[in-house]
Amino acid sequence: MAEWLGLLPAFPLAGFLALVLTGGRLPRRSAGIVGVGSVAISFLLALVIAGDYLTGPPEPVTITLWTWMSAGEFAPGISFYLDGLSVVMILIITGVGFLIHLYSTGFMAGDPGFARFFSYMNLFVASMLILVLADNLVLLYLGWEGVGLCSYLLIGFWYDNPANGAAARKAFVVTRVGDTSMAIGLFLLFAELGTLDIQQLLAAAGGQWEIGSGVAVAAAALLLGGAVGKSAQLPLQTWLPDAMAGPTPISALIHAATMVTAGVYLIARTHVLFELAPSVQLLVAIIGLLTLLLAGFTALMQRDIKRILAYSTISQIGYMFLALGVGAWSAAVFHLMTHAFFKALLFLAAGTVILSLHHEHDIFRMGGMRKRLPLAYWSFLIGSAALTALPFTSGFYSKDEILLAALAQPDYGVLLWSGGVLGAFLTAVYSFRLVFVAFFGPMHFRQETEDAHHGPVREIAGISMALPLVVLALLSLVGGFIPVPVEAVFASATQYEEAHPSMLLHGIMIAIPIVGVVLSWLLYGERAHEAGSLRQRMTTLPGAGFLQRLWFNGWYMDALYNALLVRPFVAIARLNRHDLVDQGVTFSSFMAQVGNRLLVLTQTGNLRWYGVSMVAGLVVVLAIGAWI
Amino acid sequence: MEAIPYEHGLILAALLFVCGLVGVLTRRNIVFVLLSLEIMLNACGLAFVVGSARWGHAEGQAMFMMILTLAAAEVAVGLGLIIQMYKRFQTVDISVLNEMKG
Repeated sequence: MAEWLGLLPAFPLAGFLALVLTGGRLPRRSAGIVGVGSVAISFLLALVIAGDYLTGPPEPVTITLWTWMSAGEFAPGISFYLDGLSVVMILIITGVGFLIHLYSTGFMAGDPGFARFFSYMNLFVASMLILVLADNLVLLYLGWEGVGLCSYLLIGFWYDNPANGAAARKAFVVTRVGDTSMAIGLFLLFAELGTLDIQQLLAAAGGQWEIGSGVAVAAAALLLGGAVGKSAQLPLQTWLPDAMAGPTPISALIHAATMVTAGVYLIARTHVLFELAPSVQLLVAIIGLLTLLLAGFTALMQRDIKRILAYSTISQIGYMFLALGVGAWSAAVFHLMTHAFFKALLFLAAGTVILSLHHEHDIFRMGGMRKRLPLAYWSFLIGSAALTALPFTSGFYSKDEILLAALAQPDYGVLLWSGGVLGAFLTAVYSFRLVFVAFFGPMHFRQETEDAHHGPVREIAGISMALPLVVLALLSLVGGFIPVPVEAVFASATQYEEAHPSMLLHGIMIAIPIVGVVLSWLLYGERAHEAGSLRQRMTTLPGAGFLQRLWFNGWYMDALYNALLVRPFVAIARLNRHDLVDQGVTFSSFMAQVGNRLLVLTQTGNLRWYGVSMVAGLVVVLAIGAWI
Repeated sequence: MEAIPYEHGLILAALLFVCGLVGVLTRRNIVFVLLSLEIMLNACGLAFVVGSARWGHAEGQAMFMMILTLAAAEVAVGLGLIIQMYKRFQTVDISVLNEMKG
């Protein structure tokens, strides 16, 4: 069965080629069938391969299709590697990816770029599959760049609006910073170890490098740079909220199945390097903690339904980084999986809301949608419960594992744990704020114009859109019981002694999200607008306005980068508008033109003038001959 | 019979050549330009003949025969062109024909 590994990315790639080569001339129906079908076949194949792998002996499998390029010792192949980690990833990517594709046939039904949309989506899935199946870092980098390209294409999908193009470019450029760091990391690894085959490389690194040696720290830090860019962690997180410019299924795909999880996967895959560099590993945990807190605070103040979800993704990936940083590799992968379920659910539900409300994004202009949009309401309720980690939802189990692992970290355990718990509290407040504001209370949605223009609000959700929501809702509820078969992958990893927290700590971890939900109800529930409510009192506190502005603008990180990087760069570019190097080239072409004009003057068209010049030339030649 | 010194012949040839050249460069009437060209060709021919007489070689004579033939052919073509030119432009002034300028 494992011999079929190569077909896994091949199907979506073939779907992409078919859709691209027909150039949108395919009828909508067949384009949908090609787009969804290719991923569906991939998913079935992934199921078969995973079933085969899990029932057999847990031996990793390597399939080499052909040698990609060969230059001396450097000969990376198109070869795929299957172990527990890849199995989890391919199931998430193809499974959640398939549901999102299916949903998109409904969501994008009226869009003129239907076939183009599905071709990009297919390429996205193919790139991500290559990324997680690659057995060497070069092939992984191919997939890595492929995802980057597809995210660019899809964020700027509605390219008519210049703002979308700007968001796409921003995503591309910001992640490029991380990618460059990662490329340098690959160069360093190859120079030091002479191979980029992941398994050989990890074995060689473990054998040759001391723990904490300079080269190990440098290599791990450079790879971390790449992961930070792709996974939208501090300080490269600014692209993700803007990436909401794309169609909503894209956001679901980027946030749940592909792209942002790539960084988590990279660190998990090369975990040996990070264990050789404890300082970098601690840095991973700190980055994760800071990111999850900063993004949590920012999400509290957003008004755009998709931006809230975007910041919550940044925050949840922060949890995964926290888990990676404390060596809880399998907990990170587990949270990656449950997060894929509920984040896809939330985004697809948000897509339903947005579509039903004629592209309204502002939650404060929705309100009372509970009865109008029951499917979206229930999806949001379940998704938010899982995101908040309410007991017995999938998010509860994965977040619980991460927090326990953080507590077990020997040096900064308590600090990391309390930060994580505070993050969980914030998560509860902002996710249920979204639910309460958008689905409860009075309706604000364009009541005066509603009937005149669009008729009454009703839920737009055909079977193709409802089915993924239902499946994902079920997975969000019970996903916590799906075992993640990655123990063998991280068997060599050093495990911290498992913490056995008291009942009190367990109680705190269960209670905190519930307290958050209650607070959210008090602040944003149906009675929050009455005089004397908690919300009224809190907004009048000194400094409340400042904090609101600070968090609404995402700690002014964008403004900071604009002032520090973008504006100086633009200024330099403006100074050098007439490129200095270009001047040399321009000069030679200018001289050629001058010479041309001079020579044109001699062509008078007058026969006698030609005769004179011939004679003059003859005289000169003869004179030279005589003189010599 | 006293032979003519070959320098005299060459000087005559040079004078004829310059006469023809000046004609080519100064005349505006295309017929006279053609005529001057003929003079130049004959000046060359004279130089060949003088040379062959001086060194007693027959090649100079042969070359003169060839120049004669060439000149005859050239005149045939040239006169044909002049007639065409006159038909088309109603003039034989070459300074008018400068359409290829620039």
